[in-house]
Amino acid sequence: MLKYCLKRLAFLPFVMFGVTALLFLCLQFLSPEMRASLYIKDPRQLSQLDAVIEKYGLRKPMPIQYALWLKEVAHGDLGYSETAKMPVSEAIRAFFPATFELTLLSFFPIMIVGVYFGVLSAVHRDKFIDHFTRFVAITGYSLPSFVLGLLLLMVFYGKLHWLPPGRYTLETDMLVHSGVFRHWTGLLTFDCLLNAEWEAYVDVTKHMLLPAATLLYVSVALLLRITRSSMLEELSKDYVRTARAKGLPESVIIRKHALANALIPVVTLSSLLFIGLLGGVVITETVFDFPGIGRWGVQAAQQLDVPGVLGSTMLAAFLFVMANLVSDILYAAVDPRIRVGN
Amino acid sequence: MERLKNAWKILRRRPMSLLGCALIGSFLAVAALAPVIARPEAGSRDPYIIPQTGYSPDPVRPSREHLFGTTEQQYDLFYGMVWGTRTAFKVALEVVGLSVFIGILLGGAAGFYGGWIDDILMRFTDVMLAFPDLVLAVVIVAVTGPSLEHVMYSVMAVSWPSYARLMRGDVLSVKERDFVAAARALGACDARILLRHIVPNAIYPVLVVASLSMGRIVITAASLSFLGLGSPVGYADWGQLISLSRNWILGSSGNPFEYWHTVAIPGLAIFLFVLGWNLLGDAARDILDPRQK
Repeated sequence: MLKYCLKRLAFLPFVMFGVTALLFLCLQFLSPEMRASLYIKDPRQLSQLDAVIEKYGLRKPMPIQYALWLKEVAHGDLGYSETAKMPVSEAIRAFFPATFELTLLSFFPIMIVGVYFGVLSAVHRDKFIDHFTRFVAITGYSLPSFVLGLLLLMVFYGKLHWLPPGRYTLETDMLVHSGVFRHWTGLLTFDCLLNAEWEAYVDVTKHMLLPAATLLYVSVALLLRITRSSMLEELSKDYVRTARAKGLPESVIIRKHALANALIPVVTLSSLLFIGLLGGVVITETVFDFPGIGRWGVQAAQQLDVPGVLGSTMLAAFLFVMANLVSDILYAAVDPRIRVGN
Repeated sequence: MERLKNAWKILRRRPMSLLGCALIGSFLAVAALAPVIARPEAGSRDPYIIPQTGYSPDPVRPSREHLFGTTEQQYDLFYGMVWGTRTAFKVALEVVGLSVFIGILLGGAAGFYGGWIDDILMRFTDVMLAFPDLVLAVVIVAVTGPSLEHVMYSVMAVSWPSYARLMRGDVLSVKERDFVAAARALGACDARILLRHIVPNAIYPVLVVASLSMGRIVITAASLSFLGLGSPVGYADWGQLISLSRNWILGSSGNPFEYWHTVAIPGLAIFLFVLGWNLLGDAARDILDPRQK
């Protein structure tokens, strides 16, 4: 098992190398002047654009440029993001916790709702509840998150004034940036709890409810489907028949026997769900004006802020690759055939 | 014929698949009859440009003159929805068709030839698949400049790798079969073996996945339009029309839903279009996948 993990981990740098090379290739569409912004760390340097182009060989062949840029990245210099108004490395530290918090807040409800209704649907196969949950799931799967987001905002913000967009109100903003507030974890909800700031906690949670609900509805279908088909398969197996023949109550068979086995593919796929969420936050954060990696990436792309685009995309790709890795390792951990086959 | 009968038998038993057929059929009818349903103004050069009545910034509610109302800057929403159906079909069919074609070609070549061709192609798809598809698509459109064509290219660029990977696996298993050895013994050339014997036998799983991914691809393309990276303002494109409505979710004081139509109408259209493809995709899987029989 350890050998398998190490083997997969050893592969990681190569993928990241490919990822950066591909992104760099995409940037060749832009003029040298635009690409020069990659190497600028301070807006005041903008006047010396030509010197920057010369120094980093931006008119030279691509492999040379790429090597020079990798050297900068190795030093931790990712440039200055015009949209975030701060260096990229700082922007990542500022935006990532928000995205992570939002993903976390939607991840567990998705798992619970998806598994619960997936099992319910499988147990009552072809009954009304089965058709109903599957219909709700496929509508969620078909609904673009920006449409749902805008409609939710219309009702809960425009009409009811309950759940505003953004990250927090002005009061919370002042509190968070005051010297008294200590950032223990970087995740605002936890920090509010640890600082015993109940009002700020409610405020921050209120701002995350709508984006989390949007992510829940558009992402739950996949998990529901997998749980349902996996549960159906287990319920048709011999050991379930044996358990029934022994006279065990149906609820025990479902909970203790079938579900335990049916959850194996669900657990391994949960990291893929995480990947789906990371893609989904791009739109959701933009709609709800939630200051995370996704919104930053979109703004950077819209305003052609090259360092911002590269920084946010590389982070997304890195998380994506890591989640894939975790998925593969979980898969190998529960299914020995994968390890032997590899 | 036997196949078609079988397909109809499966479809008939499933009301949801029939609903999918009905939805896509209706959209198809609207797209085909677009010049009749929403007549372009005489003398307009491009029917996809939505006619404007005035330049007032506030959207106007549905009325007899504008069945679905207008968006900001007075673009007629009804006209945009009808001609947008054509745009939606164009994007969906072209993107899926071409990315499946590229996937089959490259995946087939990788599986068939093996060796360094396989290594290079598959390492490249690995890298492509290391991005969330929307994120990479955003980057590609951003650097090539916003336009509907670039949205289509970028979605294509991020969709083909998964088809290629699937195709490669199928080709690897099919090429070991006896009929391939028989064709080779008869002296068939590589191209003939690949195109006549291997591809037709390895293509079904790719087609199933393609039909299931149709809806996702429409959503991805619409998302890019929504972000303002697609067609210019005033072009008949559903995602673009929704992005126009973003400033109007609040309505006016006393009437919070004053501008509901700017979000709800194009949103409903995208939703039904994607739902139709998803239901059809499910049906296609049941018909094409032999294990389900």
